[in-house]
Amino acid sequence: MITFDDVVKVYPGGSTAVDHLTVELPTGKLTALVGPSGCGKTTSLRMINRMVRPTSGRVLIDGEDVAGQDEAKLRRGIGYVIQHAGLFPHRTVLDNVATVPVLLGKTRREARAAAIGLLERVGLSEEFAKRYPAQLSGGQQQRVGVARALAADPPVMLMDEPFSAVDPVVRGQLHAEFLRLQQDLGKTIALVTHDIDEAIKLGDRVAVLRQGGILAQFGTPQDLLTKPADDFVAEFVGRDRGLRSLSFDSAAALPVRPPAEAPDLVLDDAGRPVAWRSVGDLGGVFQVTDSLRVVTDLAISSPVGIAVRVDADGRADGIVSHHDLADHLVARRRESASA
Amino acid sequence: MIQYLNNNSAVVLDALQQHIWLALLPVLLGFAIALPLGYLGVRFTWLYHPLVNTSGVLYSIPSLALFVFLPVLLGTKVLSPINIVVALTIYTVALLARTVADGLRSVDPTVTQAATAMGYRRFRRLIDVELPVALPVILAGLRVATVANISLVSVGALIGVGGLGQLFTRGFQLFYLEPILVGIILSVALAGIADLVIVLIQRAVTPWARFQRGGTA
Amino acid sequence: MNLSYLFDPEHWQFGVAGGFPQLILSHLGYSALALLFGVIIALPVGLYIGHTGRGSFLAINAGNAGRSLPTLGLLMLMVTLLGLGLLPVLIALTVLVVPPILTSTYAGMRAVDHSVVDAARGMGMRPWQVLTRVEFPMALPVIMGGFRSAALQVIATATVAASVGLGGLGRLLIDGLAVNDYSRVLAGAIVVAVLAVVLDLFLALVQRWVVSPGMSGQARRAAT
Repeated sequence: MITFDDVVKVYPGGSTAVDHLTVELPTGKLTALVGPSGCGKTTSLRMINRMVRPTSGRVLIDGEDVAGQDEAKLRRGIGYVIQHAGLFPHRTVLDNVATVPVLLGKTRREARAAAIGLLERVGLSEEFAKRYPAQLSGGQQQRVGVARALAADPPVMLMDEPFSAVDPVVRGQLHAEFLRLQQDLGKTIALVTHDIDEAIKLGDRVAVLRQGGILAQFGTPQDLLTKPADDFVAEFVGRDRGLRSLSFDSAAALPVRPPAEAPDLVLDDAGRPVAWRSVGDLGGVFQVTDSLRVVTDLAISSPVGIAVRVDADGRADGIVSHHDLADHLVARRRESASA
Repeated sequence: MIQYLNNNSAVVLDALQQHIWLALLPVLLGFAIALPLGYLGVRFTWLYHPLVNTSGVLYSIPSLALFVFLPVLLGTKVLSPINIVVALTIYTVALLARTVADGLRSVDPTVTQAATAMGYRRFRRLIDVELPVALPVILAGLRVATVANISLVSVGALIGVGGLGQLFTRGFQLFYLEPILVGIILSVALAGIADLVIVLIQRAVTPWARFQRGGTA
Repeated sequence: MNLSYLFDPEHWQFGVAGGFPQLILSHLGYSALALLFGVIIALPVGLYIGHTGRGSFLAINAGNAGRSLPTLGLLMLMVTLLGLGLLPVLIALTVLVVPPILTSTYAGMRAVDHSVVDAARGMGMRPWQVLTRVEFPMALPVIMGGFRSAALQVIATATVAASVGLGGLGRLLIDGLAVNDYSRVLAGAIVVAVLAVVLDLFLALVQRWVVSPGMSGQARRAAT
């Protein structure tokens, strides 16, 4: 757990970067710090590993004040990933990844052997090991940056705009892979981003900061989308937050009708949906594990206004019309409003 | 030192005058040769590496060796000032041809493409767009070449033609400090003034460069 | 072109005083000594200024000041002040070697990508480790550039230093001129020119060897 206890940072010259920040980043979760430029999110992050010292207040990791600890030792125990990866251009990919273990006293041979495994973990084959950073694409560099931060298996990771220097397609891939990795590793991560979509996609918790380093809201992504604390957060989260909040709702609770109620639906011998008799193309199907956003998209884009649910074997086991879906969404809203 | 200057003003002024033209004539000649040469190094890319390598080799030849070797090549007398002028011109070309080529190569290709798209022909584009944009780099090279030339001229005194260098050899032979100090001070001052003049010219002709990062070396 | 002195085999025998091998060795020896002193003085100062950013005025202007100093004047000043001998000449040579090494060390350090230094600190390197393991290797291509021009400078100036009594290849030029033995002058000029060119090529190889291949792209950019 990372604790900010009434932390203030005033830079020489008088500008306040962080204003009485008190927040707890839970263990094993990814907390996104998000906000416009000048909101103190990077300053806050850098106070965790003492790259910046607070003017007042305390930052604690698992209850221990970082201020009392040896800087270098503290940082070796915290993974650090930055925007352009900050790879050492004069060292091979392998030696970049081996950096912290070597600092911690491992032999170069041991550290390199372990580094190979880490490269695989972030989706880079062994052939990249001997390359230099200049020979990698931006996305590959960022993967090496993540592998390098993970090398000493630190319980805590700090990530400052780690994915913002790569193009949107690569960013999407990196997000997906990173989420999978985090699911395995369960690190306590603080991630700084200016992109609210990234914060909502990656964060278990999101801290929205506003200009002048004031915490505007702290909660789950769903909280942010459904119950923004004020106009600033609502504005920052964006206008389509209603639709986006459906991403966090499972389709499990959605009532479906038996497929037989749609005589237009063509099934093959095994009971798998094939097409609509009148219009042809099926459009797509959903499973019980999908989100309501997927179902909504299917129902309103289907030529007959019906989304088809399939089981794990791909057999049709239910249908939902856009009328049914609308009723369900309205009921769900009422419930959450009265709760 | 003042007394030395009073008693020897004619000698010192003579040496200074010779120093100035021995140093600056090669700068002008070298610049005039290096400009087209550097351009060719960019226009024909296969020429760039031979140009850079030849420049590197020429520039690494010690000055005294070049001073005494040139008479053999040119058929001039060992004591002729032409040797000094030609040698320093060679150094200037070696330094500037590369600088001109690098300066032209550093021009943002989107800028030249925009100029071409607006209908510039090659030569006009060179004069109107590429040279002005490359000018800060080229002038930075010119400063280095000028200052280096001014300090190198005095080595010529060892073969009898060396501007202020003659004050050094005279002082050394008589074990007399004054002329050496006067010569050093005048030579350094001359280099400082020449450098400053080029900086002022650069400011005047590239007013935009002040707003860019890393415009000068 | 009279090359008889150059091609006389007697002048190429080892161990003969005044022969080429001995002159080349002493020429290289004086030059190496001055370069060593220059590196000892300029490298730490340049690294300090580049690492801390303090005193950058000194480092920037040292290059210009060094270039504008007339080498012959400096040599003769030192000898006139301190008398004939090796020491005044070595001092003059060292004075000429310091500025290019100092300026290039500073420039190389300043050119180090700030985000890489940030990453190094963030991973828990101590200031000394950041300097030796990250900043110095990254600055090395530019530093080597400065070292190479210092080496050329000192080879050239050591030649000139024969006029104030230093040994080495300059002797052939100065003594040859004094007695109008033009074949000897020419031989000296050719050998010292070849020595300088070969030395520069050798240092280029050394540079390729000590600079990480990962830096070579940057080396090319920084050298312009």
